[in-house]
Amino acid sequence: MSLQAYPRISDWITVDDGRLIIHTGKVDIGQRISTALAQIVHEELTVPIERIDIAPVRTGHAPDEGITSGSNSVEQSGHALRCAARSLRTCLIHLAAARMGGSVDDWHLIDGVLHLTGTNHAIDLLDLIPDVAPNTRIDPDGQQNPRTPGALPYPKMRGLKDMVRGRFQYVHDLDRPGMLHARVIRPPHARAVLRGIKADVVNTLKQAGLHCVRDGSFLALAGPQEWTVVKAALKLAAACDWNTKRGLSEDDVFKRLIPENAQRFLVLDATPTDAPIPAALGQPDHAARFERPYQLHGALAPSAALAEWTGDVLRLHSHSQGIYPLRDSIADSLGLTLEQVDITHVPGSGCYGHNGADDAAYEAALVARALPHTPILLKWSREDEHIWEPYAPAMAVDIAARIQDGKIAAYSAEVFSDTHRGRPRPGPNRAGPSRLLANHFRKTPIGPIPAPPNMGRHAGMHRNLDPVYDFPQTRLVKNLVAGLPHRTSAMRCLGATANIFALESMMDELAQQVDASAIAFRRSHLDDPRALAVLDELDRQINARPEMADGCGRGIAYAQYKNQMTRVAVAIELSVDDRAEIRLLNATIVADAGRIVDADGLTAQLEGGFLQAASWALYEQVTWDRDGVFSSDWESYPVLRFDNIPNIKVIQLDNPNEASVGAGEASPGPTVAAIANAIADATGIRMRRLPFTRDAILEAAGRE
Amino acid sequence: MSLTLHINGEKHRVTSDPDTPLIYVLRDELKLKGTKLGCGLEQCGACAVLVDGQVVLSCVSAVDSFEGKEITTIEGIGDTEIGRRVQDAFVDMSAAQCGYCTAGLVVAATALLSSDPLPDQDSVTTALTPHLCRCGSHPRVLRAIKQASGG
Repeated sequence: MSLQAYPRISDWITVDDGRLIIHTGKVDIGQRISTALAQIVHEELTVPIERIDIAPVRTGHAPDEGITSGSNSVEQSGHALRCAARSLRTCLIHLAAARMGGSVDDWHLIDGVLHLTGTNHAIDLLDLIPDVAPNTRIDPDGQQNPRTPGALPYPKMRGLKDMVRGRFQYVHDLDRPGMLHARVIRPPHARAVLRGIKADVVNTLKQAGLHCVRDGSFLALAGPQEWTVVKAALKLAAACDWNTKRGLSEDDVFKRLIPENAQRFLVLDATPTDAPIPAALGQPDHAARFERPYQLHGALAPSAALAEWTGDVLRLHSHSQGIYPLRDSIADSLGLTLEQVDITHVPGSGCYGHNGADDAAYEAALVARALPHTPILLKWSREDEHIWEPYAPAMAVDIAARIQDGKIAAYSAEVFSDTHRGRPRPGPNRAGPSRLLANHFRKTPIGPIPAPPNMGRHAGMHRNLDPVYDFPQTRLVKNLVAGLPHRTSAMRCLGATANIFALESMMDELAQQVDASAIAFRRSHLDDPRALAVLDELDRQINARPEMADGCGRGIAYAQYKNQMTRVAVAIELSVDDRAEIRLLNATIVADAGRIVDADGLTAQLEGGFLQAASWALYEQVTWDRDGVFSSDWESYPVLRFDNIPNIKVIQLDNPNEASVGAGEASPGPTVAAIANAIADATGIRMRRLPFTRDAILEAAGRE
Repeated sequence: MSLTLHINGEKHRVTSDPDTPLIYVLRDELKLKGTKLGCGLEQCGACAVLVDGQVVLSCVSAVDSFEGKEITTIEGIGDTEIGRRVQDAFVDMSAAQCGYCTAGLVVAATALLSSDPLPDQDSVTTALTPHLCRCGSHPRVLRAIKQASGG
């Protein structure tokens, strides 16, 4: 995709002032993509990493690679850069041979310098790049530089030295002469409308040099000192009169996740279709429902953005994962041309999907438009981020299976969820503007609109709905339910977490039913040799572990992200005490991500995915009533902390001749399932709804 | 009105309102932006600084309570031998992903190792549990502290 749109070498690699510059549309959100991209170019061109820079990702300058999501960056940007770099290598060698003689086979690259064998002819590749014809196209089929199996590359993470010294710059740290800080005054909940504000309070704030910006029910405050603005925003909030109408629906959301409320699609080859949906599996040997509540991305840094309106151009600095779709959506919202909106990506904290970044950028833009020629640094509060980021939707997965001769003969899975696709991007019904939060509150509101079903392959809620296993008969149904209480969008793994939780819990239960080991039962439904190799390695690792003590349990799970990316098997050992408190003890992760680009980065992603999933599994759920969301901070929405971190061992199976695939979302699904399976192993209690809190375990124990 | 703060071995006259939480003075007035705001509620640890060698979360307590005390921020933590060792260990272990929690963790680890050069696992857990990391760098942070302690 990236290569077709940007087919020239110079779209991706240029030279400036003695430095090799990489151009990418993918942004670093802590997943180390910039480290991986520099490593790929280094592998193909041998230019020392210290001489490689990554150009700022800015609209109008960077390749438009859509959104940094889906673990696609290595496959898209990484693949494009590998092809561009090796095409460049070929060009440069031909250029050197034409200039200085010798055959192309006699020229070799060492540390970014071309040498002619048997002579002292040498030329710095960076000096030669400007002479490559600017329109030279990338050859997408060239040979990649070979690598010895197991000779894993360990590039140092870019930016790390600055991070430990407090010098790494986040969007929150930006500063400009004359800059104002801004905060938004929020309604009690998403359905409320601003009736009025006490005029005397507004006047007092104005006299104190603060700027109130109101557009319908959107209300913001700006001023030169951040703390003054924070305090004044509380005063202004107290002076607001909101019409709260009926409030939020308090119905049990899981009871609304049923076929009667849904747009339904039969999923064939991982793709929703309009084909008729077959009748449910008759007389299954096993049937169960698995559920996940609304959960937060919970970025550590509340969202923020810097905006300035020059009277002609809106300049934005944002930690959005998709600066081009955001640009288009903001331009449409404000009646500007695309050229009038200029967005540069600046890092925020880890986002794990679509958090408040885009909304904060648009809110900063609204304030900047009201206060021209003034840089506006708008920050969300912790409460803003918890209550107003788009959540990962509540989900349910109904599974059923029939067994024949010790194997699964038929499998049915029906997944239910609101949309996972709430990102602002152009589409019918002004889909871009309608998904920017502030547009719901402006005097002339745009959106929200019901989300159309995502019909893409392995997209949205049906990601990994297709079992990775070979089941002779399958019946897979996507159920899109609208009208639920909360705004939702993409969070790490989309539907894959719940789908793998359901499938891998079932595999465990059925293995026991047919008296097979968890690994052998999975193996018997797989013929992919790389999947088998991953499971075999996990088996070896488990066999080397000591016996589990009383009150402890071990669970495993396997998945391949989107059934086409990184293969991951997880084993987890945990204890469950008399008070039903869970302690994570030891974890083993075995992964095959194809050709490894950044071995330490790959491990970091697998570990990080594991720990975020452990947090989802054990702690996280959004709670609310008609008056608003309760989950407003880290006490009302607890997450994993340092007091429950297991020892984690990661084993990578390197396949240097296979394509590199992303791994940022590969481990969470099997992690959630392995934890549920380990709890069952320790206690005999089968947990089917996240999170597995003490209360939930005791309640489940009471049911059984 | 103004008050004097001792930060990273230097005196600073500051004019922010005395009720301003320390972090806003550090970041907004003094432009020491290495200290990060994560919650403003003393729940996440991103804003940790040292005050007379002890870890203090700087996002709530008012600046006037810090007058006459020795404040060390992430910008000054590398001036001590232990602080530098902790920073190097975080780099060696790649103990960060997005890095937003890192400054607070480096500060907390430095305070821990300054008071307890060879901390046991419980002490490390107690020192770090006030700090959130959402990317899942915890195992690397624990390894970094182990390396920095020489253990």
